[in-house]
Amino acid sequence: MSVPSPTMTTPDTAGTPRALVDHLHDWVVTVDHKRLGIMYVVTGLVFFVIAGLEAAVMRIQLAWSGLHVVPPETFNRLFTMHGTTMVFLVGIPIVFGFGNYLVPLMIGARDLAFPRLNAFGFWVLVFGGLLLHFSVIGGDGLYGAGSAPAVGWFAYAPLTSKAFTPGNATDYWNLAVFVTGIGTIATAVNLVTTTLIMRGPGMTFGRLPIFVWVMLTVSGMTLMILPPLSAAQIMLVLDRYLGAHYFDTQAGGSAVMWQHFFWFFGHPEVYVLMLPGFGFVSEIIPVFSRKVLFGYPMIVAATVSIGLVGLSTWAHHMFVVGLGGPVTTFFALSTMLIAVPTGMKIFNWLGTMYGGKLIFRTPMLFSCAFLFQFLVAGLTGIMLSVAPFDWQLSDSYFVVAHFHFVLFGGLLFTIFGAVYYWFPKVTGRMLSERLGRWHFWLLVIGFNITFITMHVQGILGMPRRIYTYQPDRGWEIWNFITTLGVPVQAIAVLIFVANVLLSLRRGERAGDDPWDAWTLEWATTSPPPDYNFETIPVTTSRRPLWDLKHPDDPDGPHE
Amino acid sequence: MLRRAGLAWAFVVGLPAVGAAVDGSNSTPSIFAPVSTPAFAIRELAFFVLGITGVIFAVVAGLTLYTIVRYRRRPGDRASEPPQVYGSMQIELAWTVVPFLIVVVLFLVTARYIWSIDARPQPPGAVEVTIVGNQWWWEIRYPKLGIVTANELHVPASDPASPTPTFVTLQSVDVIHSFWVPQLAGKMDVVPNKTNRVWIDPRTPGTYVGQCAEYCGLQHGLMLLIVVVHPREEFDRWVVAQQAPARDDPSARHGRELFASLACINCHTVRGTPANGVFGPDLTHLMTRWTIGAGAARNTHENLRAWVNDPAALKRGALMPAMKVSRADLDTLTNYLVTLK
Amino acid sequence: MSAQPAALAQPHDLKGRVGIIALIIAELSLFGVFVVAYLFYIGKSLNGPYPRDVLDLPVVGTICLLSSSISVALGARALRQGHVRRSGAWLFVTVALGAIFLAATANEWYGLIYRHGLTIGTNLFGTTFYPLVGLHATHVAVGLLMLSLCCVFAWTGALRPVHGERVEIVSWYWHFVDGIWVVVFTVVYVIGR
Repeated sequence: MSVPSPTMTTPDTAGTPRALVDHLHDWVVTVDHKRLGIMYVVTGLVFFVIAGLEAAVMRIQLAWSGLHVVPPETFNRLFTMHGTTMVFLVGIPIVFGFGNYLVPLMIGARDLAFPRLNAFGFWVLVFGGLLLHFSVIGGDGLYGAGSAPAVGWFAYAPLTSKAFTPGNATDYWNLAVFVTGIGTIATAVNLVTTTLIMRGPGMTFGRLPIFVWVMLTVSGMTLMILPPLSAAQIMLVLDRYLGAHYFDTQAGGSAVMWQHFFWFFGHPEVYVLMLPGFGFVSEIIPVFSRKVLFGYPMIVAATVSIGLVGLSTWAHHMFVVGLGGPVTTFFALSTMLIAVPTGMKIFNWLGTMYGGKLIFRTPMLFSCAFLFQFLVAGLTGIMLSVAPFDWQLSDSYFVVAHFHFVLFGGLLFTIFGAVYYWFPKVTGRMLSERLGRWHFWLLVIGFNITFITMHVQGILGMPRRIYTYQPDRGWEIWNFITTLGVPVQAIAVLIFVANVLLSLRRGERAGDDPWDAWTLEWATTSPPPDYNFETIPVTTSRRPLWDLKHPDDPDGPHE
Repeated sequence: MLRRAGLAWAFVVGLPAVGAAVDGSNSTPSIFAPVSTPAFAIRELAFFVLGITGVIFAVVAGLTLYTIVRYRRRPGDRASEPPQVYGSMQIELAWTVVPFLIVVVLFLVTARYIWSIDARPQPPGAVEVTIVGNQWWWEIRYPKLGIVTANELHVPASDPASPTPTFVTLQSVDVIHSFWVPQLAGKMDVVPNKTNRVWIDPRTPGTYVGQCAEYCGLQHGLMLLIVVVHPREEFDRWVVAQQAPARDDPSARHGRELFASLACINCHTVRGTPANGVFGPDLTHLMTRWTIGAGAARNTHENLRAWVNDPAALKRGALMPAMKVSRADLDTLTNYLVTLK
Repeated sequence: MSAQPAALAQPHDLKGRVGIIALIIAELSLFGVFVVAYLFYIGKSLNGPYPRDVLDLPVVGTICLLSSSISVALGARALRQGHVRRSGAWLFVTVALGAIFLAATANEWYGLIYRHGLTIGTNLFGTTFYPLVGLHATHVAVGLLMLSLCCVFAWTGALRPVHGERVEIVSWYWHFVDGIWVVVFTVVYVIGR
């Protein structure tokens, strides 16, 4: 069943080397899911460096009380840009980028359902990212030198109204995020359609790799949660420019309504970010334990139920806004409940490793660190779900520590693991193990110095988003230690970049299947041809390649 | 240039060390150093939760560590794959049911604390305070006592045997702020077009610090709050002193007249004089407060003079405009303001 | 122009249907938030004009829009059966009915703005009414654009039975728009008044 691929490029005239311009042109006009996937991830990593620098400046300012590295308005812009960039321009592009690249390969398809829509989604994201960062020079318009938005990444009303933030900085935030949202919705439509109807022969739902289940779930969630954010942003534009009163408290509007709309998006959004991380480790841990994933059906059920229950937990971000006892109690319950399917997964991964033969190559190192760090993240999350405890911890550095444990110690570590794991497939070369270990250990050390310590400042009463603090609060030493982790993390990331660049040129050649893995992407060349598979393999179990390698002991009867 | 250097200097040096300066008490606002019933309750709950999560952490992290160490592939052992275990209904059921039961217990305990803190009725002897959040200062009113002040909340200590808590009504004139004094209670947001309530009953006299905990714009970081808890008699004396109209010091009469003739009275109230503006802090007993600008600087003659001359020099972006008065007038005004004890 | 029935749909051909359903889910979510805002602000305007003072039931527009669902279904079916001209005719009827709906909305808004002085900034009713109804009207306009294209292609002969699936998908979008109108009508003109 070889369907000619619409993305097949025409062969060059024999022997003529192609100009750089032609190569670039290919990348710009491509609709191939693999190239778009690579571009998504690279874009995300570029924005990661930018947002990381923003964080570094903030940490330097906060290293001691009363420091004046940047003026208050700049600090406020830094944390706004850092948060907005990390969520919308780093997290989302990277996870959907991996989804883009891997889902067709894993299900035995030749591309996504709508290749041109795929390209549209990507370029719209790039445009949104550029629009947001253009604010740095164009933000305030007539009011003077340009400036980035300074309303926080969740842009609470009525601070965002024209009365309290004149100029155009907020509008850059609003429109840029709106635009990237459209791209994300388009990609979600694409992934859902692809997974539902373009699975290869034998690839039933019960045999989909966990990563594919995860991408299906997060795409479905995206369809439901991103439009509410877009709607709220439309309302904000109407408020700011057409005199509407959606969030105008002076006219009887409700500031809390923005929060409901935003967090209805915002909370499931962090599951959209984190679930693919679970998908990565669900692929990596079995291969490096040499054991099948323990409890596949329950992991699928847990994934889908996180997606569903996650839609009902949003107001735990609003425990201190004055929701009233009954509402607070409901959301505390729903938030606690979601800990069950989430925590369960850790046990499934442990169950996979238990009794296995663990191989600690770099992808596995990152996955193991993830297990510990995500455990901490989940437990601090449970603490925050206890509403009265949250009344103290909310809006403090404890929450900042919590979500960095989720998204950095959790998601980012799994992303690095995924890069090391799939880089050979994408490029045909292995990343250096030695540099990988340096990258890993420095990152673990730097990350934990910064973010374990950060819980302390929160407990000692330090609120978020303050550009400096008093010398007598007892916060100085903890902030100083927190900042010490930053250069360590920075070096780790530099080593990673160096690893990628060096390995692209001189990495050891990977074959089709360097890790001795079991899912379909390893059944084709590295990198795969434009049309993905010469002949699309027939799937006979959850581990199609295991079946091919062990014809005497296939998985099917055991599942 | 000089102005900017001055600003930086004010930053590094001028931040008031409030606790130590006021009464030598430790001013680390730790949530685990409560002095008031809601904060005690939350700490109790916190210990319970930390106990549960601590055990979970020890068990799961221990298991993970054990697994990582015990099941490393030994060198040279590449011969075969280990036994493939696809799942186990009993084990998976167990590790679903047990967490679920933990959640049920945790939820029931949480619900109890939510109700006990949130639904506390106001007893007859309670002090009533209304706090109005502004960008970037706190207006503090005692409606039944006829007192209006700013940035410092004075309350009586509460005896657990016969409690005299303070019930605080929270409102905002502009954006969302958040009232947070960790040693006294959990925080509560201050939301425009919405009235929230929080209560405290501090049992130990002393000074407790807090600050705005919801990003509210440029000077969110400098919107500090001081709560002074007095023994009962001392609090009653404070009330009487605050209820009195502004002191009329004859030596400052020229300043008082100057103040009344300038735009100052459009924003500020000084009770007993024509000044009755409501946009800025009430200045009737200005000199009883430790800081100006909600913690921007200590309330000294020099700082007051600098503030009146140009508030932005001490607190960039402050909404009070620079008054642009002559040096002589500035001195006269400041000499008047320091008499408002 | 012979009447050839379209080929049986292979699983691959279902991608348009799945895609449009996914899009509809997203759109439902989008409209949902505007509906929630409208419901939340019922009765909360600080000043008039109030809905009961200024809103009349948009009977003509509603009848036209809802019956256009029938005409578009007939048009899509005709194309699948191979009757291209008949399909074009039904699609044209759909466009006409949709255009009447938009004209009725425009007329209503003209009255609201110029006779009753209700704008988006007048009060919470104005703030929530115009965007909700306007968002729907925008979706109607987009649908009319797509349907008009289908009409044009039918008349120029470019539209053929093999395009039946695509026209079917456009019709699904149109049904969705009509369904949303039922919700908007109920919320604004029944509950909100």
